[in-house]
Amino acid sequence: MTRDLLTRRAALGALGAGGLALSGCDQLSQNQTFKRMLEGAEKLSLHGQRLVLNSSQPMAREYQASDISRDFKANGTTKPDSEDYRRLAMNQFSDWQLKIDGLVKKPISLSLADLKAMPSRTQITRHDCVEGWSAIGQWSGVPLSHLLESAELMPNAKYIVFRCADDLEQSRDGSGLYYESIDLVDAFHPQTIMAYAMNGQPLPVPHGAPLRLRVERQLGYKMAKYVMRIEAVEDFAKIGFGKGGYWEDRGYEWYAGI
Amino acid sequence: MGHCGRRYRSGRAVDLRRRPVGRFGDRLGQNCGLTFNTTGVLGVFRDRDGFLSGRAFPWWITIPSYQSLAEGRRWHFFFAWLFALNGLAYLIYGFLARHFKRDLAPTRFDLRNIGRSILDHLRFKHPRGEAAKRYNVLQKLTYMAVIFVLLPLMILSGLTMSPGVDSAAPWLLDIFGGRQSARTIHFITATLIVLFVIVHLIEVVLSGFFNEMRSILTGWFAVRPEKTDAKRSEP
Repeated sequence: MTRDLLTRRAALGALGAGGLALSGCDQLSQNQTFKRMLEGAEKLSLHGQRLVLNSSQPMAREYQASDISRDFKANGTTKPDSEDYRRLAMNQFSDWQLKIDGLVKKPISLSLADLKAMPSRTQITRHDCVEGWSAIGQWSGVPLSHLLESAELMPNAKYIVFRCADDLEQSRDGSGLYYESIDLVDAFHPQTIMAYAMNGQPLPVPHGAPLRLRVERQLGYKMAKYVMRIEAVEDFAKIGFGKGGYWEDRGYEWYAGI
Repeated sequence: MGHCGRRYRSGRAVDLRRRPVGRFGDRLGQNCGLTFNTTGVLGVFRDRDGFLSGRAFPWWITIPSYQSLAEGRRWHFFFAWLFALNGLAYLIYGFLARHFKRDLAPTRFDLRNIGRSILDHLRFKHPRGEAAKRYNVLQKLTYMAVIFVLLPLMILSGLTMSPGVDSAAPWLLDIFGGRQSARTIHFITATLIVLFVIVHLIEVVLSGFFNEMRSILTGWFAVRPEKTDAKRSEP
């Protein structure tokens, strides 16, 4: 062979370029402009998926009873530790009331019995965690659309915010209280329900008793557990750190359809 | 909530307490009651500051190097979009400009001489002169497999992990056999693509780094004068 297999200059060049590229990534991750650029992809995911999801409102796949996971992982808070919640749980949530307020014409307050007397939907769906795992469970509850129609949304209501009983950071000022938000496209989807039962049993505490959100076309962190209050708002900039949810305030995408 | 147990987490959780750390350092793993030696790279490894870390992947292979599922996802989806849109443009160009047909589809002659090409590769013998301007048959087959099999599989299996996409295209779940097997296939195809890139880069370095890089970026490829032939014709 007439040519060198590997010149020293070439090898050093290739190695150096690789090393520089990798160590630069951390610095880029911290750079505000670059961060905003990366975050721009969320808009592409949201609008790209909405282009398809909005027009036909497809349903998330529903499974058979035999598909239900034997071990459904309970993630995040598995037992809210506030005194108020403990008292509610002790009485099987008979004193618990769900408040629906904000930009609604008729704010309402509903007990668990009230909710169970309303029209219900049961669905066996797959729960997709942002961490990568999934589990299949059966959920029964009131369609969120029914609740919002009862409370009558005002025309300027754009988002539905769910306020929860659990404080994942055990903060004293309530800044760690879990909350989530979805827009009206997902709020009025037929599979979006406020679930009070899982696999035919009252919703267990690790899975969000007495009431949790199911929004089947998004990831698990959107599906707020221990819901105490449903609030209709025009925007969520003044809630929490302004990103629309507990995990969103800590870097996750608001749109979790991907 | 339906969210993560720890503040930031990527990959699978590893309970460090269950791993024996001591005489054998961090190089032991336990499974099904058996203790075996692991590489000390995957699962448990020493991080940048020398502390034992229970992440699935070592810091030098992840972006960012520290553990942040949120930031990792931002990087992932930004470049996934860039890749998908760029790939789409490439496919359209490749078909319209007949690039695939002209340069990548192996000819019957190519396929008949595949044995020769394999031998040449094993001996690190690279084509010279005019032949260096064309892709050889192994290159052609590899590029075709990457462009038309690996990359589409990676994109489709990735999309199958999206609950939004699954509701619009439930057939994806049937193709891949569910979200978890799609996840496995996504991981395998991504690994194969990394392998392809590594082998590809090694070949680039071996066959003349600067000339090849320039030709990849600008299309200008310099054919080196054949020294042996030149010598022969001198006298």
